[in-house]
Amino acid sequence: MKIQEIVSLLNADVQSGADKLDEEVSSAFGSDMMSEVLAYVQDQGVLLTGLVNEQIVRTAAMMNMYCIIMVRGKQPTDNMKEMAEDNDLVLLTTELTMYETSGILYTNGLNPAGHSYV
Amino acid sequence: MSELVKLHYDVDGNDFAAAGEASMKIKKELRNLGFPQDIIRRIAIAVYEGEINMVIHADGGTADVSVGLDEIDITLADKGPGIPDVEKAMQKGWSTASEEVRSAGFGAGMGLPNMKKNTDEMEIETEVGVGTTIHMKVYVA
Repeated sequence: MKIQEIVSLLNADVQSGADKLDEEVSSAFGSDMMSEVLAYVQDQGVLLTGLVNEQIVRTAAMMNMYCIIMVRGKQPTDNMKEMAEDNDLVLLTTELTMYETSGILYTNGLNPAGHSYV
Repeated sequence: MSELVKLHYDVDGNDFAAAGEASMKIKKELRNLGFPQDIIRRIAIAVYEGEINMVIHADGGTADVSVGLDEIDITLADKGPGIPDVEKAMQKGWSTASEEVRSAGFGAGMGLPNMKKNTDEMEIETEVGVGTTIHMKVYVA
């Protein structure tokens, strides 16, 4: 799925990385705990989160992810937007909840991220 | 071990937003040196977890990385409270992180186990009231 399709499906706003919407992603993981993301997620993809701080961008960057979706109408700070640009990450915001966002992306073919338990 | 590059970073204990900056720099350096993406990712995650620990538990510390031909050695050192029971700290889900840290998305009690998972060797030296030093190795040959 191209990131552009995610934008359309979620009616999302593009906060950073508008030039990278043609990139393909195949999996996603949702959590407000970055500890869990760091410990479980194996493959690169999309991070869904309702957490708002710099560490969501850093976690996604550390794990070589492509896209962050901030759910529940959460808005990034300017610093977060800059960090996302610096790390080639697309940063999206949506008014939808984590559950709604997950459901829409899942039924449209975005797979659960591969995971391995520590 | 013959060393190609040595990197040193100070981790500021007073700035949670800045936690992870050393890991980001290390990641970029390793990418410039041409290491495979999988190796870089494992090291980035291990150092990031360690950096977060140093910021939330130990008021900061230092991160040193020695890049060799066969292995990458990482040493994270702090002068924090030390770990009273290392065996317990290595258990998944065991955490002494504050509610504030948890609401910032960390403190799930997965840090040390995840550092071990992402490295080939890990050793913890710790003394209560003195500090903690963690040595990690990732084989690259």
